[in-house]
Amino acid sequence: MTPQANFMVAAPVAAGRIDDLRHLLATMNVAPAIVDPANALVPFGQFEHLHFARFVVMEDSTLNDITAFGLPRVDYPTYLTFLGDFDGGADAVWSELVQRAGNGLRQVFSYCDGFSASTDLLAWMKSHNVSPVAYYFNWVGRTVVQVKEENALRLALESFLQDNASSLHSMQPSQIHKTLRSFVSTEQQAGRLKLSLAAPTPLGWQFRNLIHLVGVPFLLLVLAPFLLLYLPIFLFQLRRRELSDPDIAPRIDPAHAHHLAVQEDLDVTNQFNAFGSVKPGLFRQWLLMFLLWIINYTARHIYTRGRLARVSTIHAARWVFLDNKKRMLFASNYDGSLEGYMDDFINKVGFGLNIAFSNGIAYPRTNWLVLDGSKNEQKFKYVLRRHQLPTDAWYKAYPGLTAHDLERNTLIRQGLENAAMSDTEIKGWLQLF
Amino acid sequence: MSDLAVDFDDIQGLVRFGHSKLTDCSFYLLNIHDAAAARAWLASAPVSNAVQLDDAPQAALQVAFTSVGLQALGVGADVLAGFSDEFLNSMVGEENRSRRLGDVGTNDPQHWSWGGPGKIPHLIVMLYARPGRLAAWTQTVQGAKWDTAFEVVAFLPTSNTVGFEPFGFADGLSQPALDWQRQRDPHGDRLTYSNLVALGEFLLGYPNEYGRYTDRPLLDPWSPAASLLAMAEDVPAKCDLGRNGTYLVFRQLQQDVNGFWRFVDQQANSNPQAREALAESMVGRKLNGDPLVPLLSQAIEGVDATDGSQNQFTFDSDPGGTKCPIGAHIRRANPRNADIPGDVKGLVSWLLHTFGLGSKKFRYDVLASTRFHRVLRRGRQFGAVVPPEHAKQPGYPIPGERGIYFLAINANISRQFEFVQGAWVMSTKFNAMTEESDPLLGNRSAIPGCAFTNTFSLPQESGLRTRITGMPQFVTVRGGAYFFLPGLRALQYLAALDR
Repeated sequence: MTPQANFMVAAPVAAGRIDDLRHLLATMNVAPAIVDPANALVPFGQFEHLHFARFVVMEDSTLNDITAFGLPRVDYPTYLTFLGDFDGGADAVWSELVQRAGNGLRQVFSYCDGFSASTDLLAWMKSHNVSPVAYYFNWVGRTVVQVKEENALRLALESFLQDNASSLHSMQPSQIHKTLRSFVSTEQQAGRLKLSLAAPTPLGWQFRNLIHLVGVPFLLLVLAPFLLLYLPIFLFQLRRRELSDPDIAPRIDPAHAHHLAVQEDLDVTNQFNAFGSVKPGLFRQWLLMFLLWIINYTARHIYTRGRLARVSTIHAARWVFLDNKKRMLFASNYDGSLEGYMDDFINKVGFGLNIAFSNGIAYPRTNWLVLDGSKNEQKFKYVLRRHQLPTDAWYKAYPGLTAHDLERNTLIRQGLENAAMSDTEIKGWLQLF
Repeated sequence: MSDLAVDFDDIQGLVRFGHSKLTDCSFYLLNIHDAAAARAWLASAPVSNAVQLDDAPQAALQVAFTSVGLQALGVGADVLAGFSDEFLNSMVGEENRSRRLGDVGTNDPQHWSWGGPGKIPHLIVMLYARPGRLAAWTQTVQGAKWDTAFEVVAFLPTSNTVGFEPFGFADGLSQPALDWQRQRDPHGDRLTYSNLVALGEFLLGYPNEYGRYTDRPLLDPWSPAASLLAMAEDVPAKCDLGRNGTYLVFRQLQQDVNGFWRFVDQQANSNPQAREALAESMVGRKLNGDPLVPLLSQAIEGVDATDGSQNQFTFDSDPGGTKCPIGAHIRRANPRNADIPGDVKGLVSWLLHTFGLGSKKFRYDVLASTRFHRVLRRGRQFGAVVPPEHAKQPGYPIPGERGIYFLAINANISRQFEFVQGAWVMSTKFNAMTEESDPLLGNRSAIPGCAFTNTFSLPQESGLRTRITGMPQFVTVRGGAYFFLPGLRALQYLAALDR
């Protein structure tokens, strides 16, 4: 199994160069924010192991919000960020980026502070890489190659089923299964279908994962007595803030809404960035760090098969701190339109949303950390939209496929390769088509 | 009178009644030519309220405005800004909206006969009367000011039909029941499907399914004419322009009756029983309206004795869609699910489900909860009526255009109508399926990465599905707009505006 990983290169854009940079990034696109996989700057389509990637110029229009806490506005830099989700090790991706897109990336990063013609691109990207504090990937181990092979498999099987419908419908389940298996094996031999074997899971990754799997609960266990002692104080501190922290949820500026809308729903999957400031003070910062640490644990060890709690439409998501944990970026790739995404969030994981985002400035008031908040539906939607950033260029390796499509295709392949299914199991498997 | 009592004489009748006895009906789409005359007309217009009478009235009148219409009438920008974004932006104001609603290809608003970009009417006047009385009622309603006040953009006559839509199916069977008593507490997870829906989902100024008041214009008491309005229940210092009003979604849908039956006939090798069975699978109901899944023995909240025989069902008994296909029209438009799927019993089970650790089966817990996505339908038909027995004969000569005026009432257009239309009906990925959209309404447009979306799957007990391919488009959008259907006090407020 090949695990997934991610990168995010972040660097401040040089003064006065934001518009020019946006224009350059837009030259990669065939539609608003949708890149041409063969574009001249970064030919994403050549990257065999890249699921998603995006460039975002992160202009934060909510920096004044801190004044609602009686604190002065801080003019943080405007970052250019370059995010990717990929299969396998980071070193391979870094060198592939330099090799296939070196010139294009140099051109893009030349708009950033401190990047010059003599800069070592590889070292610069690595040194500007920011790791997420929490990361979710829909199906740990499913590679881009696998996604594409399994989709080709389903399409081939669908047309075989269609072309041979009458003869197949007169067969017993086991006979159908056998027929499909022999069809696929013929196609494989003819080189029309390919179903690569999974690579062995890297030992280092397995080891680190195991340490993390037991280490976090162990640490929690050790800390438990202290956390328990602290709980009443914590609740007091939390309530004091919850009752006084301001909501900042004005209606959405139509121009901003339009800017976001033009680049949404061009594919069955959308990109999403929400960016904002963490509420002032160490209490909120530490609470957020703790909660994201827990979220990261669940995403790494529990929600690894198609679902983040009850939400099954997210391909990949990450929470990243910036500016010394004063600001946070949430970036995701999700299926469907934003309204549905927000409804899914509110109705299915409202509590999770509250713990992950209520430490951000402007979030609708929560009670006891998990209650209300996002259930204040309209206010929550205004806040989210207001904090959403347009993406400048976005790449998805498999347009037209949702996370459910990927899951179904994987299940079809697993069932096909399993020669020992009972008739009932085969029936259930056939229902996937 | 308790605080919770609903003021029926302030609500337009259409919210409560379908005016089914008032079979003669026509709609005027109008532009305001002279705002003062329009306000004067409005001040004396006999708009029908929602008070229940012993018998249906002789005639009814309903009036609703688009956002450009409110502007033309003299509503100020600050007041207007209190309406929802999608109402202000209009049905055709954003390409993204058209993509989500399926208004692309032949459905593109550019091709509409009314309501397209730059052609949004200001208001709709809806006239209903008992048989033979429409002409007289129209004259009464129009009165002296009509010609000075308005310019007719389109006159939309309707055809009188008796419960069958043009394809020949019984229509308008399933409606949400409104919680007029205001006794429903929407908080917490609902573990069973309910057809009783909070009033605030269909009327502004009342709590919705989240227990919240949907945003709408709230005015300062000293602003012009505001004293004519009721005070807001949630913000008592403000006057509520939305109170007892709602949004009305109007879409003119043209149906290719011959095309539909010709296609199913060809798929069924001209076997009349098979032809009907296929058409019924596409709809999810039999021609007479009976559901394809068995009725439940226990009652469903909000489904009463009168419609129980056709509505006391959910799809829980048919998870694989072998009785009613997963992509059938009625299963898309209303999946009839609860907040949490499956059998939740006790705290542990609830926790497991809440944390997504319930069933791992494919398609489990994929759908959004229905109760946040309901609409109230008030549609009518247009074009010469085709009796169902003729409609379903492929090749029976049916000249002219026909279809339905789809009319839906909801308090939050984006969460209700647009969600149902975009995420469920038109979606090619509804309920973890692919390559198909609504068998009746789908536009069959290819999407990036998916070369075709024109299939329809019929799951079979044996395991292997039957898949219909190459489905043509049967329904084309010919016009549409988002309207605000004000309460009667709000209408008087609008009539009193004087810029």
